[in-house]
This record gives sequence, C-alpha cells and structure tokens, in this order.
Amino acid sequence: MTMAKFDEPGYYKHEDLLKVDYHPPRTGWMDTPVDFRPGTYIYPGKAKNLKYLDLPNPRNWAVTDEDWKLQENWKEIVLDGMAERLRRYRTFRLFMDICVRCGACADKCHFFIGGGDPKNMPVLRAELLRSIYRKDFTALGKILGKIAGARELTYDVIKEWFYYFYQCTECRRCSVFCPYGIDTAEITMMGRELLGLLGLYVNWAIEPVANCFRTGNHLGIPPHGLLDTLEFMVDDIEEATGIKVDIPMNKKGAEVLFVTPSGDYVAEPGIQTCMSYMILFNEIGLDYTWSTYASEGGNFGLFTSHEMIKRLNAKIYAEAKRLGVKWILGGECGHMWRTMHQYMNTVNGPPDFLEVPKSPFTGTVFENARSAKIVHIMEFTADLIKHGKLKLDPSRNDHIRVTFHDSCNTARGMGILEEPRYVMKSVCNNFFEMPENTIREQTFCCGGGAGLGTDENMEMRLRGGLPRGSAVKYVQEKYGVNQLAAMCAIDRATLITVCDYWAPGVKVTGISELVANAMILKGEKKRTKNLRLETIPGAEEEDTAQGNIEHLETIEGMHTTKGGSSNE
Amino acid sequence: MTLRDLLQEKKTAIVERWLEDILATYASDASSFLRRERDPFANPVSHAFRVGTRAIFENIVEGLDADTVCRHLNEIIKIRAIQDFSPSRAVSFVFLLKKAIRTELGNDIEDRQLSKELAEIDTDIDQIALFAFDIYSRCREQVYELRVNEVKRSVSALMGRFTGNDSDPESLPGPSGGNKSSGNPKPDSLPRLSDDDGLSGDSSSVRGGKK
Repeated sequence: MTMAKFDEPGYYKHEDLLKVDYHPPRTGWMDTPVDFRPGTYIYPGKAKNLKYLDLPNPRNWAVTDEDWKLQENWKEIVLDGMAERLRRYRTFRLFMDICVRCGACADKCHFFIGGGDPKNMPVLRAELLRSIYRKDFTALGKILGKIAGARELTYDVIKEWFYYFYQCTECRRCSVFCPYGIDTAEITMMGRELLGLLGLYVNWAIEPVANCFRTGNHLGIPPHGLLDTLEFMVDDIEEATGIKVDIPMNKKGAEVLFVTPSGDYVAEPGIQTCMSYMILFNEIGLDYTWSTYASEGGNFGLFTSHEMIKRLNAKIYAEAKRLGVKWILGGECGHMWRTMHQYMNTVNGPPDFLEVPKSPFTGTVFENARSAKIVHIMEFTADLIKHGKLKLDPSRNDHIRVTFHDSCNTARGMGILEEPRYVMKSVCNNFFEMPENTIREQTFCCGGGAGLGTDENMEMRLRGGLPRGSAVKYVQEKYGVNQLAAMCAIDRATLITVCDYWAPGVKVTGISELVANAMILKGEKKRTKNLRLETIPGAEEEDTAQGNIEHLETIEGMHTTKGGSSNE
Repeated sequence: MTLRDLLQEKKTAIVERWLEDILATYASDASSFLRRERDPFANPVSHAFRVGTRAIFENIVEGLDADTVCRHLNEIIKIRAIQDFSPSRAVSFVFLLKKAIRTELGNDIEDRQLSKELAEIDTDIDQIALFAFDIYSRCREQVYELRVNEVKRSVSALMGRFTGNDSDPESLPGPSGGNKSSGNPKPDSLPRLSDDDGLSGDSSSVRGGKK
C-alpha cells in the first residue's frame, strides 16, 4: 500500500502514522554523497588570503556551489600530489597500507560519538583517502576495484574530503586505541594538503595563516596594536592588584622570549590568562621579552600543510636568534606544543643557538626541552610552586570548584599531565577530576581544534563537544563544579560554548588566571577584585586605610604555600 | 486490570523497544555502537536516551507531570536538535512510543477492552510531542544565540575599550546569555492540549500531578 501524501486526509490516519519508516536509507558509504547542511561545514578560504600566501587556485567560491572552480587538471594534481607525499612521508604510505579495519578506533572519535555519522569513525575517515590510494597506487585495487575497497577519484570525492577532513580536529584520541599506532591526524593532514593543491582551504584557518605571515599573529594585530593591547591589560592589572607591571617589548639580550597564542590578546578568558603571565613574570622578576614580530605562539600552519608550519614557525625561530635570548617560554597553548616539539626540529631547526632551558629562580634544568628549547608555562609555574617561590593564598579561589580539561595536544601529544594538576591543586582548594575515560591520554576534544573553532559550523562543534560536555555536566551535578580550567587558547574560546549548551552554569578559565588570583604580590593592595574585575566573594570592598594595613600584616604573617620545603 | 497496570507490568519491554526504535533512526554503524556501548561517558547519547525514555514512560504511567517530562525530554532533544535530523525527524521519537506500546501489548488491548484508556495515553503522548516541539525550537534558538555570543565575545574587550561599556555578551539579560543560560525549558510556558485545540481525543487535558 502506498502511503498517502501529507496533503491528503489519509496521511493523518492513525494507523498509517505508525507505519512511517524512521530508518535511515541504507546505502554503502561510497554511494552516499555529502549533504552540505548549514551548521556543519566551514566557509571556504577567501581568494585574498590564498593570494597573499602564493597558494594555488585563489578564487572566491561557496561550499554549496555546484562548481567549486577547480583547475582543469584537478585529478592529475591530486594524484601527483598523493604520489609525491607517499614518497616523502613514510608514515603516510604505512598508514595507507597497514590498517586491518579492526574497528578499535571506530567509536573513539568525539564527532562520531556525538553525531553518529559513520564517516566520522576514524577508520572510515581514513578510508576516504585509502580507497583512492588503493585504486591508483595498488595492483589489487586497480584490478578488483570496489571489491578491494578501491574507488575512482571523482568530484564528489573531493567534496567529501573537504567535508570530513574539516570535521577532524586532529586530536588523535583514536590513535591511542589503534593497535598499529596509526595516527589519523596525519591522514587528515595529508587530506588537507591534497585539498590545498586545489585551493580548497577553510577561511577560519587560512586567514589566520595569512595574518600571521603578514603581521606576526593570527589576528593580524600590528606591532603598535599589540603594545596598546598589553597596555590596556596593565591598567586592568593595576585596578585589580594595585601593581603596575612592565611590558618588555623586543628587548635584545633578554634571557627568555615569551610567546603565547594571540587568542590571549583579545577575548575573555584569554585576556585574564595573558594578564596573569605578566603578573607572574613581574612578581618573580623574570628577564623576558615579548616580540611584535613573533607575536603568535599558535601555528595554524599545522592545520594547513607542512610547508606552512615551517613558514610560520620561522618567525619565532628567527626572533629568538635576533634578540639573542637563551630559551623560549610558551603561554597556555595546545597545538603550539605539538608544533614546537614535534615539528620545529625538522622543519626549522634544531635551534642549536639556544641554551637548554634552566629556570633562573630554581635552577631546574628542563631536560624534556633539551632539544626544542621551549618550556610550557605550566611546567615553569609548577616548578616555581614546587620550590616555594610563589606566595599563594588558595582561599581566594574558594568560591571556585574547578575541574580540568586536558588539552589534546599537551596531554595526549606531549604528556603534560601532572604539572597543570599540581598547579591547580596548589592554588585551589576545590579541585575535582572528570571521569577517568574522559581525561589525560583519553581526554575528549573540545570539538573546535585544528581550524574548526569558528561559528558557522556550530552544530558540528556541539556534536563534537558532547562527550566533553557530558563529563563536565557529570562533575557539575556530582561535585558542584562551576569552572572548567584549560591551558589552550582554542579550548578557552570554544569550551565556553560547549559548556553553555551541555553544562550550563560552568564557566571557563585559564590555569594561570587561577594562579594570579591566588598570588600574594609584593606591595599589592587589598585584593577585592579578581582579574575579571568582579568582586571576590567574601572579600567585600574595604576602602579604609585600616583595611589595607591589616591586609599587609596578614601577608607578613603568611608563609609560602605548598611545596616550599623543596627549596634546597 | 487497567491499562496503566498493564503498562507498569510490561514497562521494561516497552521502554526497551522504544529505545531500540529510537536508536534505529541512526545509520547502521552508529546504531550498533549506540546499542552496544553502555558506558555513559563513552556513549553519552544512548545514556541520555536510556535514562530519558524510562523516566518519560514512568511519568506517563504515573500521571503526566509536565515539569518532569520536559526535563527528561530536554536531555534527549538537545542532542537530536544538533544532529543530522530534520526538525520532524528530531522529535519523531516521541511517536515511536505509540508503536512500542501497541507492539508489546499486542491483542491485550482489545481482549481487555482497553481502547478508551489507550486513547488517553495517546493524548498524553501527543501532548509530549508538543512539548518536544517547543523544546526543539528552544534548542535551535540557543544554537543561534551561541553563535552570536561567540562573535560578540571576540570583540567585546575591544568594544569595551572604545565605548567604556560592558559589552560582555554574558552580561546580557535573558535566559541564555552566555554562561547564564538555564538550558532547561520552563514547562509553565509550554502549551497544553485542551478541548479547544480539537486535538485531544477526550476531555482529558494534561493530568497534572501524580496519580
């Protein structure tokens, strides 16, 4: 019996309503083309940005256009590009060949878990590329075709690649579970490089790349703008603490070059994180410098191509040399860590002109940074606290019940697991872990990394953020958690949205902000406001001189906090 | 035996069938994962569905309480509202309960002359579908608000410098201003079926409170 149409009375017959087939159509993945639904894809890279970077095929186009204005010989370009990369990157060939499709990775991707699209299973996302590899680079695939899992490279395949390779945040959670150690992030990177040959980029990644190449940072803040921005922060620091900090800029001969993601310059809570670095460096008297030329710690080249990693990272490398610093200190960033420790040595370095980082305050030599010569702010801060170099009053953070989101690149990529926890426990009395299978090496991505953190793909980001959001909601309900700390600029920007949707009521903070709010500074006024200039609960304004005197006496009487005994 | 007693007796079977049918609205690879994985953090989607469907069903059997039903509906719909479903498919799962009840009760309904009571239950389910429609709309509105808030946040500090105003989007009034959003709909503002709607099968509108 055929079902009545919706404008016929029969359509509303009770018994017929129950016969609706709710099952999705069953077509094989190779035969299911991409549906570009608004909210799930990212806008394409603008021609001006491609031109600025001398990238191929610059033109303005829309994802929903039938014709993506590819080069006439686009197929040849992709296959040649693939052949070249198979020669150049041994991992690429290996990852194309060795997958046995065991499925261990299948249900580990946050986009698959939250959205249920099978092509977001890492094994299938890799098959998008592997099927072409089989067809054009293996004898079996050439002869047997589809039976051997091979397929033709078509225009639809290119569209599918664009959709799914920009639905992978390169977080590498799947690789933790792969018995062969296949790194799907690298497959995504290859897919994006091949798309790049056709001039297919997402604007949210390629514009920051162009900006960074031109002005030194992703946001395109020019040198004087950067100084202005930091000066505004100096004013806010003074308002909150009574301390006026210096901004050492482009200072030759400084011991340390400090680089941080430009997300820290403009929006909350990055701004407070940035203010916190300045407070910390001022308090301990670090001989450091900012740079207007290397004003970006992040590197969106990582989300674009290997060549682009090199072009952007070269600025930090060159600036460290020009200023004659001994080593580099990095702010709260995630993918900077992967870039600096896993790529810089081969693409730009190794930076032999620098010294092995050694804390001037504790004498600690950062052996883990012996090669790349860059230390993460959390490693640096944890070491200071461990040696009792900071005066801390964790009770100032007593109104905060905090949990910690391990950022993919620092946790899974670099193993920075203990330092942030040690720091947070030193400056907060109420710290709570999320469930075991959502933290540390198994941490769930924020859903906005690797160039996906824009607003037009909000639906997709919320799908990807669901596993993280669920874990936050759990600790919110169980322990009353009201803040989520993260040490990555993309996390700090995108998790606000994830929490608003999945765990409303939980705010996002950088770890350094918690540190600076707890730090008792030399000569500070009575701290009644935190760095967001909100009144600290329990520390109501006391404008009397008496209040300040009492406060100073309290400070005099306080001892350095946890870990002070190890200052031998 | 009343229909409600019968529903209580067959609760597990009905709820499981309902859940099964909901999970079958996903592509086969996803649906097998959703069925298999029981860890709430490895599989938050079916965890929410499992908890939500049971609670909604229990509520129907015990007498519909709008507040409770909306709370549990919200947990399911906020997920389906951002997945790859059209609006109608996103909320269609509510009607699958009718199918699950009929399938599990089989001939019992006619044998025991429970059709009138079943019509009441159907009306409750229709009511829940209307709640679902409102919640779905609210979730979608929130998605757009989140977009706007992100854009505002990215320039808020800068604008604040120039205007001297607090342009922090989270300070905006309203239920979903940034971190202050409640996330849960308020049932008071949701529609109720009444005779005037011409949709309810009998005189029963929502039976508030517990039985």
